[in-house]
Amino acid sequence: MSGQRAGEKVLLKGNEAFAEAAIRGGLRFYFGYPITPQSEIPEYMSRELPRRGGVFLQAESELGAINMAYGAGAAGGAVFISSSSPGIALMQEGMSFLCSAEVPLVALNVSRGGPGIGGIQPGQADYFQATRGGGNGDYRIPVFAPASIQEAIDLIYEAAGLAETWRNPVMIFADGIMGQMMEPVVLPEQRPFIESVEIRRRKPWAISGYGDDDSRRNIVKSLRMQPDELEAHVEYLFEKYARAEKELTRVETRDIDDADIVLVAYGTVARIAREAADILAGRGIKAGLIRPVSLWPFPYAAFDGIGPRTKVVISAELSMGQMLDDVKIGVGKRLPARLIHRTGGMIPTSLEIADSAEKIYREAVQ
Amino acid sequence: MKPVFTYTRGMVRTDTSYCPGCTHGIAHRLITETLDEMGLLGGTIGVAPIGCAVQAHKFMNVDMCESAHGRAPAVASGIRRVHPDKIVFTYQGDGDLASIGTAEIIHAAARGEKFTTFFINNCIYGMTGGQMAPTTLLGQRSTTSQGGRTKEQAGSPVRVSELLSSLDGAAYIERVSLASPGHIRNAKKAVRRAFEIQRQGLGFTFVEFLSTCPTNWGLTPPDAMKWLIDNMIPYYPLGVYREPEVKTS
Repeated sequence: MSGQRAGEKVLLKGNEAFAEAAIRGGLRFYFGYPITPQSEIPEYMSRELPRRGGVFLQAESELGAINMAYGAGAAGGAVFISSSSPGIALMQEGMSFLCSAEVPLVALNVSRGGPGIGGIQPGQADYFQATRGGGNGDYRIPVFAPASIQEAIDLIYEAAGLAETWRNPVMIFADGIMGQMMEPVVLPEQRPFIESVEIRRRKPWAISGYGDDDSRRNIVKSLRMQPDELEAHVEYLFEKYARAEKELTRVETRDIDDADIVLVAYGTVARIAREAADILAGRGIKAGLIRPVSLWPFPYAAFDGIGPRTKVVISAELSMGQMLDDVKIGVGKRLPARLIHRTGGMIPTSLEIADSAEKIYREAVQ
Repeated sequence: MKPVFTYTRGMVRTDTSYCPGCTHGIAHRLITETLDEMGLLGGTIGVAPIGCAVQAHKFMNVDMCESAHGRAPAVASGIRRVHPDKIVFTYQGDGDLASIGTAEIIHAAARGEKFTTFFINNCIYGMTGGQMAPTTLLGQRSTTSQGGRTKEQAGSPVRVSELLSSLDGAAYIERVSLASPGHIRNAKKAVRRAFEIQRQGLGFTFVEFLSTCPTNWGLTPPDAMKWLIDNMIPYYPLGVYREPEVKTS
């Protein structure tokens, strides 16, 4: 796909599109480990990156991969990693270190069903892991959940810049369907890679060798043995996260000001929920939709736009009510919040969601 | 008058956090003094471990980062990809490298990563308070082997230099000791050789320092040195375990 011109419409499989978007976003370094359903990404990177001036390295494990990413990021490299649910779980140790040490990274989870080794079919049961942090300590990671391959490309491309601006990992949360399906997309232009010799100037905080002036010596670290020093550092991080909450919240809403029910769904499920809303309209039930694009920061404020007509808000997800917690925070005590779910790799049809939503609505208006 | 002792620019002038008589200070100095002599301080990136040396970056005057327990070789592999022209090293203890970090060190050596690992083997977990390490000798007492390590319960101590020397990616592996002035002079030669081979891009380089932990061994510093010589060297023989083939024309 390297030959495809920017702006040209092409048909791409999700995983290959994610990889190509990362390369074009300027993410020059990729560290990966095979895991279904995202193994096309390390395969693609192993072929494309070396001949385009980038670096591919297959790690000994996901632990290895995230720590290579930490090292490369600390050294000033622009880094992309990808994995799927159990692999992302192994990477959580590193995520915590990267956040504390303020090392940029773009990480992609092509998620599947769990818990444990679970299965290889699509899931969204890593919502807590992604939004609540699977690693230790106080930290936050911006998480974006695309609902189309094009949106995934755009978000990965943008995340490359966000990771640098915010000096923090940014996660793209795409369920396994997104990785395996094909859609027509338009690819962005190639951002130039930062060469090693430019790093000292472009990223003066990075460990890149101080040259002749040891007053410019850099240390990338997360250890703070004095409690007051550690507290001050965490407070500093959370001032940053508070700004991120204001600036990085993304949401799409449809017809929520005058709806009987409001469906809340992200990723592939949001597309199914959109169809379900159309089915419900045919049955005389007006269904609005809130589609969180950022899972953290979660678009709580969007729920203020729900009109007085609405009787119930429904979280539709491929997990056992994980996003439901955030939906409840968003709705507060104004309205009941209910759940429509499948899990374990099962995908609901639009008809199934419409039927369940109608049942919940009838109960709510009784 | 010729000075008999000078500071090296390689060490930051500050008190260290190490216990009296511990050999970390010697190892730090050998590494940084060698970098200084080779004119490489400003072109070097180091990786500190978890353990007593987690704050090595406070003392070694080079760009450095910390790493999670055992992960330093993976971190250094990432750094190396971004800066192929710099000197990169990890500094790791035996709990870090020989236990929780075995996957990372073995695969870094197998890939022939062009960095140097300095391995401090003192047969015990230091910072956490003297627990048994994979390198703890049979019969040696620790807080988790209070009657002395037994083979039945905990297996035999791991000889890391020998283990890694089976890997073709390893260009240079030497085990040295910090227990006497003669040992220390030899140790410094090994440090220099490792950096030279790294600079030539010949593969993974590894120097194991047999070291003391007077605090957790419950010995005075001189007795600890003697204990190292009497007990560690017989089980962990000094010497070169792997080196690049010398080209003859």
